[in-house]
Amino acid sequence: MKRRTILKSTLSAAVLASVAAGAAWAENPVLKIGFVGVTSGPAAAWGISNQRSMETRAEWINETGGYKIGDTTYDIEIVSFDDQKDPKRAVAGMEKMAQEGIHYVVGPNVDDGAAAVRPVAESNGIMYFPYAFPKSLYQAPASNAVLGMVANYQSGPAIYKHLKEAEGVKTVAFIAANESDPLSQRDGGVAAAKALGLEVVSDSVTYQVDTTDFTPVLTPIMRAKPDLLVLSGVSPANAPQLIRSARELGFSGLISTETAQDAQVLREGAGDLANGFISVGGASTPEIASDMMNEFVERYTDMFGEYNDESNTKVYALEYILETLKANPAAIDDVEAYKVTMDTFEAPNPYMQGDAVLKYVGDSSFGQKRQVAVPLVVNVYQDGAFETMFIAEVD
Amino acid sequence: MDQIPQILANGVYLGAQYAMIALGLTLIFALMNVLNFAHGQMYVIGGFVTYTIYGAWGIPFVIALAMSCITLAILGALIEKFLFAPVIKKSARDESTMLLAAAIAFLLDAVILLVFGEKQRGVPKLVDGTTILGDYTLVIANDRILICLLAIASIVGFISFMQFSKTGRALRALAQDRVAAQLMGVNVDRYSMIGFALGAMLAGLVGGLLVTITGINLGMGGPTSIKAFMMVMIGGAGVISGAIAGGIILGFLEAAGLALLASYGDITYLLIFVSLMIFLAIRPQGLMGKPWG
Repeated sequence: MKRRTILKSTLSAAVLASVAAGAAWAENPVLKIGFVGVTSGPAAAWGISNQRSMETRAEWINETGGYKIGDTTYDIEIVSFDDQKDPKRAVAGMEKMAQEGIHYVVGPNVDDGAAAVRPVAESNGIMYFPYAFPKSLYQAPASNAVLGMVANYQSGPAIYKHLKEAEGVKTVAFIAANESDPLSQRDGGVAAAKALGLEVVSDSVTYQVDTTDFTPVLTPIMRAKPDLLVLSGVSPANAPQLIRSARELGFSGLISTETAQDAQVLREGAGDLANGFISVGGASTPEIASDMMNEFVERYTDMFGEYNDESNTKVYALEYILETLKANPAAIDDVEAYKVTMDTFEAPNPYMQGDAVLKYVGDSSFGQKRQVAVPLVVNVYQDGAFETMFIAEVD
Repeated sequence: MDQIPQILANGVYLGAQYAMIALGLTLIFALMNVLNFAHGQMYVIGGFVTYTIYGAWGIPFVIALAMSCITLAILGALIEKFLFAPVIKKSARDESTMLLAAAIAFLLDAVILLVFGEKQRGVPKLVDGTTILGDYTLVIANDRILICLLAIASIVGFISFMQFSKTGRALRALAQDRVAAQLMGVNVDRYSMIGFALGAMLAGLVGGLLVTITGINLGMGGPTSIKAFMMVMIGGAGVISGAIAGGIILGFLEAAGLALLASYGDITYLLIFVSLMIFLAIRPQGLMGKPWG
């Protein structure tokens, strides 16, 4: 009898627990946010830092009860698609997002992918946040893309100007992978350097994107003996090899890039030879990071084992989407309402100390507010870690 | 003219590493008539094993390199025994093994991503310093010289093994005429597995050696396979000396093109591909294109 009672109680408890768990699970409706970007291959670190930032933040939000937009509290679900840095797959990824009824997508990570998905996004009412720099994506008549970071034509001039004034740089050489992103970044960099009065001593050397040994590629540039070598649009996988080969060939000048890099990858791939390498960092430094940013880094590290400095930038896109939806709940299914809100949107920036705000910028570069405002942090690599070189703002 | 010493040095170095990459591929093709599209992925696994043992755990490089070889030899043997051998027995169509090899390449890519992650990885340099001759007319890092010498020694060791050991003779017999070898008492199944393991081991060896120079990442597998196929096409499929010649030719073409054509943009590979197409139209079997016995 007693045994039967125990069994009944246990069964009842199990049923109740499962019902309660189901009720808790079903308590919040789900808001799906998409990610279409590169999470495999040499540039995988760019997309993976996006995806992991979004997943970390989404889990954090869900764990603390969800995200309130209007009168409804939502659980956030991240729907991800690896486009393998292939425009055709990026289109397929954006179509998948449309089929799932998703209106807000982070990515793609590169120029050709971002350009390829534009028709799909515009015809299906999707706002997307690329990490790609072609101005045509953000200038009218385009209106669905929002640049998720600082563009090279914004960071490049700032870096060259700083190096010209602080380090006495007079001559500069550019090297880029033979594909659209790096080549367009190289062209933008060359124009910016010339506008600043720097002498460009080499800008024609390019390399195959799958190059593994850069010594033969760099040999002609080394003969030009530039003060500054710019690795235009360099992927995190290629940067350490290029730096290492340049230093081994006797290059003693400065090396910089306008793309984000990974300190651990630099340490492993180039060791001390990477000391002094200048790159655009994630949009945070210990000096400006808020407690929330520090907690984000902790949660990210707990979830994925190691942190990527670039996620200091990548954390922002999801926050901008959610805060803008909070400011105008009607935008949840209506991107036109979202666009209207963007012009006046302002909210406290939870990832920075002080009075910093989230707001859309881009009037200067694009003629309309189609860029998220994040700090421009320029880093210099030193002994296994990035040190802040300077911080600036862009509009 | 002052570029010639550097071009020659770069050519020798690139040629030696390319020849090593092509050796394993051509060996497997010679023995089993299998185009192993997963060869590049095997190279990547070799690099990651050395990275994990030497770079991450700090165990001596020689042990890490040996573990790369052993891991890939075991992996190669398992792939041959449980995947290629049954397919070859059941299907006379060449495309069956080609599709299987492509599927294995995709599978290994996924496994590499799961086990080793997406990031570029690198290991500490084996030796520091750079050799500079004649006011920078020749500059080459000392670790590249070391890897080049090790690659050449490995190639010589492999050729000696194939030439003078009992296993090597059996493998050569198998490559020359599978049926005749069987009639002469060679255990075809066993030596096919050994040959595939040896080819995979060579991929692991070169991956383990080159991770010290180029680092390693998930995306290197496909392009490595493509380059290996180019070398094999130049030298002649299934011919050991052809693979070595193909590797050295490709290395020198690349070194010369990148140095002399830099001011015209990235046309080196365009010219290499055009030359290769013309060459194959004239001599489709490659330079030494016949079974390598």
